[in-house]
Amino acid sequence: MTIKQLSVFLENKTGRINEVTKILGKHGINMHAFSMAETTDFGILRLIVSEVDKAVEILRDENFAVMLTDVVCISCPNVAGSLSAILEQLASKEIFIEYMYAFADGDKANVVIRPNDIDKCVEVLGGCDCEMRKF
Amino acid sequence: MIWNPNKECMSRDEMHALQSKRLQKLVTYVYHNVPFYRNKMQAMDLAPEDIRSIDDIVKLPFTTKQDLRDNYPYGLQAAPASEIVRVHASSGTTGNPTIVGYTRKDLAVWSEVMARCLTAFGVTRDDTFSVAYGYGLFTGGLGAHYGVENLGATVIPASTGSTEKHIRLIRDLKISGVACTPSYALYMAETLEKMGLTKEDIGLRIGAFGAEPWTENMRKEIEERLGLKGYNIYGLSEIMGPGVSYECQEQDGSHINEDHFYPEIINPETLEQLPYGTQGELVFTTLTKEGMPLLRYRTKDLCTLTNDPCPCGRTSVKMGRIVGRSDDMLIIRGINVFPSQVESVILTMPEFEPQYMLVVDRVKNLDTLQVQVEVRRDFFSDDLGRMLAMKKALADKLKSVLSISADVKLMEPGSIERSQGKGKHVIDNRKLV
Repeated sequence: MTIKQLSVFLENKTGRINEVTKILGKHGINMHAFSMAETTDFGILRLIVSEVDKAVEILRDENFAVMLTDVVCISCPNVAGSLSAILEQLASKEIFIEYMYAFADGDKANVVIRPNDIDKCVEVLGGCDCEMRKF
Repeated sequence: MIWNPNKECMSRDEMHALQSKRLQKLVTYVYHNVPFYRNKMQAMDLAPEDIRSIDDIVKLPFTTKQDLRDNYPYGLQAAPASEIVRVHASSGTTGNPTIVGYTRKDLAVWSEVMARCLTAFGVTRDDTFSVAYGYGLFTGGLGAHYGVENLGATVIPASTGSTEKHIRLIRDLKISGVACTPSYALYMAETLEKMGLTKEDIGLRIGAFGAEPWTENMRKEIEERLGLKGYNIYGLSEIMGPGVSYECQEQDGSHINEDHFYPEIINPETLEQLPYGTQGELVFTTLTKEGMPLLRYRTKDLCTLTNDPCPCGRTSVKMGRIVGRSDDMLIIRGINVFPSQVESVILTMPEFEPQYMLVVDRVKNLDTLQVQVEVRRDFFSDDLGRMLAMKKALADKLKSVLSISADVKLMEPGSIERSQGKGKHVIDNRKLV
């Protein structure tokens, strides 16, 4: 079970992230998760949002460079060692993780993973102690 | 001291006569050896006999950098290949460099005019003098090098880079003079301080600075920090290289070696010749060049010519500081850079919009160039590695075309300011004038 992540190209400029969140807020789009990958002069804002197709459309209208990427989001117990066990499984099946970001929420921890081989990743995760979720 | 008083202190009448004789000979020479000039003159219904004195120079056609490019590589060369003993090249806007061939006599003239410059700066055969211009296709290194040798001083071919090693040599070999770009001189001062040395630890007396525009404030700073006296030396590879003009001890304008390079100031719009004291575009005619002689070459440098008598005793016409350009050329770390060069590179890469901005600055006394470019929407990738590879690919291409490294900054589509009409492509934050 994969989900669509929204990636936005941003210059490193004060207030630029807020431009994106403001536009999404204005259109009633909720953000479930996001992370920022940055270099010295630009960054890639990665978002999981409520209405991804609508978000793409409105951000494109505002001249942002955006794209969609398939990722997996898992929810696992928020206890020591649970993520490690899952990553162990992925590594043993030769699945390479390009990037990931996570957030804990009560007794659950959510992890967004961008693997090199998404179909194989989904298959392996099916056998792990976690649940793949949609928002 | 004056290297060649016969020429440098000639009366104005004698100079006029010499220039007239040399111009007549030059025009006949190019008419018969360079089809480009013959065709131009024929189209103007002009024959070599129509040039009777130097004052007739206004009848002659101009030459531009574009003409050099259009006739790449050897179209404007007048001497047969067998007479050419050396070639230098400078960067060109479209990737084609400007090729300049020198005959043995051209090199002798070059060493002569360089010796005049160095002597005016106070260099003598007892000095050890280091050349810290780049050696290679650029005319700075070898041009200055053979001038020092001709003068009879000891030359240290330091070239650029290895600054600490160079400073140790200056100290240990008691080097008394150095030729380099003014920004490199400041960089040397900084390195000296970083090494825990002071200007008293080295014995530099003389700096021959050129290949890029600089200001009186820079001169003061360099002189103060390196403990030397800094003199301007001007030249351009199309005409010869360094040595076209030079400051004397007065440090007030640069004497032009006008028995070899005849200067004019023109209005860049009307192309009309302007009188002494008026600012305009500097134009040179190579009166004695054999390899690639040029008639009325438009340098695009803006300055003023004066013919007031100089207390140093030299009678030659002087040019003031270069105050700007009549085109959009930038001089960055001594290298000529045209925005159109950057544009031509960007246009070959579909990843980028044809929008760009060059931001030039001077950080720690070294010129920096940042090229801002917009990433096309379709080429944006969530993969950071791919984005960085895109950036590096552009930086590599720019380096090979410009000969200097540029810092590429990837920008969001639509973020570079669009202008109506002629696009603004340069922000120069250096304080030069």
